[in-house]
Amino acid sequence: MQLDEFFVTGEPLIYGAMVSIALVTAAIIFILTYFKKWGWLWREWLTTVDHKKIGIMYIISALAMLFRGGMDALMMRIQLAFPGMNFLNAQHYDEVFTTHGTVMIIFMAMPFLIGLMNIVVPLQIGARDVAFPYLNAVSFWSFFFGAMLFNISFVIGGSPDAGWTSYTPLAGAAMSPGPGQNFYLLGLQLSGIGTLATGINFMVTILKMRAPGMKMFQMPIFSWSTLVTSFIIVFAFPILTVALALMTIDRIFGSQFFTLTGEGMPMMWTNLFWMWGHPEVYIVVLPAFGIFSEIISTFARKQLFGYKAMVWSMIVIAGLSFLVWVHHFFTMGMGAFVNSVFSISTMLIAVPTGVKIFNWLGTLYKGRIQLTTPMLWSLAFIPSFVIGGVTGVMLGMAATDYQYHNSYFLVAHFHYVLIAGTVFACFAGLVYWYPKMFGHKLNERIGKWSLWFFVIGFHVCFFPQYFVGLDGMPRRVFTIIPEWMPLNVISTVGAFGMGMGFAIFVYNIYYSLRYNEREKSGDSWDGRTLEWATPTPVPFYNFATVPHVEGLDAYLIMKEKGQTTFDEANLKPIHMPSNTGQPFIMMSIMFVASFGLVFEWLWMAIAGLIGVIVMMAFRSFDYNDGFYVKVDEIKRTERSARGL
Amino acid sequence: MSAHELKSGPLEYRSSQGRMNILGFWIFLAAEIVLFSTLFATYAVLFGRTANAPTPGELFEPSTVLVMTFLLLISSFTCGIAVHEMRRGSVKGLITWLIITLVLGLGFLGFEIYEFIHYTHEGVTLQSSAYWSSFFILTGTHGLHVTLGIGWAILLLIQLAKRGLTPVTSRKVFIISLYWHFLDVIWIFIFTSVYLIGMVV
Repeated sequence: MQLDEFFVTGEPLIYGAMVSIALVTAAIIFILTYFKKWGWLWREWLTTVDHKKIGIMYIISALAMLFRGGMDALMMRIQLAFPGMNFLNAQHYDEVFTTHGTVMIIFMAMPFLIGLMNIVVPLQIGARDVAFPYLNAVSFWSFFFGAMLFNISFVIGGSPDAGWTSYTPLAGAAMSPGPGQNFYLLGLQLSGIGTLATGINFMVTILKMRAPGMKMFQMPIFSWSTLVTSFIIVFAFPILTVALALMTIDRIFGSQFFTLTGEGMPMMWTNLFWMWGHPEVYIVVLPAFGIFSEIISTFARKQLFGYKAMVWSMIVIAGLSFLVWVHHFFTMGMGAFVNSVFSISTMLIAVPTGVKIFNWLGTLYKGRIQLTTPMLWSLAFIPSFVIGGVTGVMLGMAATDYQYHNSYFLVAHFHYVLIAGTVFACFAGLVYWYPKMFGHKLNERIGKWSLWFFVIGFHVCFFPQYFVGLDGMPRRVFTIIPEWMPLNVISTVGAFGMGMGFAIFVYNIYYSLRYNEREKSGDSWDGRTLEWATPTPVPFYNFATVPHVEGLDAYLIMKEKGQTTFDEANLKPIHMPSNTGQPFIMMSIMFVASFGLVFEWLWMAIAGLIGVIVMMAFRSFDYNDGFYVKVDEIKRTERSARGL
Repeated sequence: MSAHELKSGPLEYRSSQGRMNILGFWIFLAAEIVLFSTLFATYAVLFGRTANAPTPGELFEPSTVLVMTFLLLISSFTCGIAVHEMRRGSVKGLITWLIITLVLGLGFLGFEIYEFIHYTHEGVTLQSSAYWSSFFILTGTHGLHVTLGIGWAILLLIQLAKRGLTPVTSRKVFIISLYWHFLDVIWIFIFTSVYLIGMVV
């Protein structure tokens, strides 16, 4: 292979990206070396098994991916603003919309939410870590290296260009030769391992490690949403694993699953993809619902209205999410009966979702509402999400879907549910739990500027797309006709508004680190659930003494009784897991193996896989049972954290 | 984490970490069921799509597959005896029966490899047609699981020899026994829905 086949050449934008990657990498290496931080990086972060630190790493990576996916989006919006634009050519545009979709769903939305779960769920249920801390680190590094593998595709080898859905036969070896599509397959496969492990981990954590006394129906709603999401992950992700593996084998080893020769069935990919893909939509939206429920209840200063209905509606949504996948391809020709069945099951989902909307409104009703930044994100979510949901029901009607299918109407719909649902929730949750993570709040005034830019920009960007879609503009076109120009110009302006909102948000992180006052107590928002019972910053063992839970909103009850999580008389040594570099090393070897398979260098893939197996064997012989934190140390830590 | 230790009951269930690992593994098996279900569904969808390659009815050999089935079924039984020996507290019995289980598993693998080579000589491979792709991937995935299981069990045998029965080693043995029985169940479905149906249709 020649060097100019290995690196992507001939695109000024990509040369620019290469230079910036080189500069950023050099800067990071320089800073770490100059300030002698390599040891710190290794000891505190790369080898950590602490759920709070892993959560922070997830969120930082997700913000980086949000930046990357957002740049893709802005490039597309520039290209589509005017007819006959020459900013991106057709091929480059195809690559950009493919990576935008994949990055945003797989490497932004999911890790962001999993990051929040990691930080919050053990604290909310009164646990000292997750059930399998080592596995948790494996999960993170598999996501991280999967994301890296996918992201290097645009400078090395070439990006995938068959859409984030990668329909065959387009994505097959015959029509998409070269490493591009392999990057998609292996990047997702690698990070999928971690997601499945996370699902198992959180299921066991929530089922087995709740504080004494905490019944299932006394669990904070975000923990419930995590549990339900974990079920969906465990039952949906293996389908993706198989689908990706089959396409990989088709492309690299010449099998005939999705090919046009050998009686293969390209449509089977579509089915398998969406049998995972639709539950995936709920994997990214149910935790978002959980976050909004927590925030709305906290800042309406009321118990969540209809708690049990909230839980049951999530369970029903999870069940239905597996029964609607065909609505993504009504026009593929399954016939009237099949389409009708899936049309009805699709519309049924609106029922439990509607229950949730009314419960949020019920929580707000007669509440003493505090308009903090996280609350404003949540209030922006409700009407925006309803617009997305109602247009979703329109799309769900199979007969009318023939009109909307593959148009910008659909694009507007799913951005309305995914941005208003998931992205707003990520921002809301990050702002809400930020003091718990970093010991100081984000600045409220700057936070509201970023919110208004983002929310208004969002509506300006996507609302016109419903109409340009009804005017007949199909998705995934790289150039527009003059009739669609006015609405597209508006849309582009809105996209830059969102970009401004994100930039202000990032600036706020810097500003607040410099200037915002540090938190004095752990209870930043007068919270209701157990995560606010811990001091800030949270000690690595979370709870000096695990409280006995007596009802919903456990911390509210504790505050009324004057209890804390530092009962000096009842301190016992705490057992904690040891840090280990194995997950990082194992997954970096896995990265090498996957990279080899992307370029179909089998020697490298096999060598890497053997390396991974050796690492697993090594782990099998590792009988490190962690260590005990002494009572004295707990006492010292808690006293200084609580200012006693 | 090691707070809620029990004083009685099977060793592997005594520590809370042991109980969590076992529950976690059950959930992992649920994910494995989904994985194999997807492969079975793929196989069912592609059934009969042999293109120009021979049909399964022309190639399948009832005798070989029957021997494989019995080898794996008996290995599941001996694996059960191994866990029974573990519960009795006999390391020697456990190791002996585990080794018998592995020998039977290796026998199964040997026949499967022979079968695949034989089919290749008859002119069908992974590339022949959609049907044969799905056949090789479904049975191959099962075979790969058996291979990994054997490698895993050998690691555990070394640990048992070194450490004897502890809450940790007995938990590991119990978990691999769940895995082994699971592979047996999958094979029963492969035997009936792939081989028996493939021979008569």
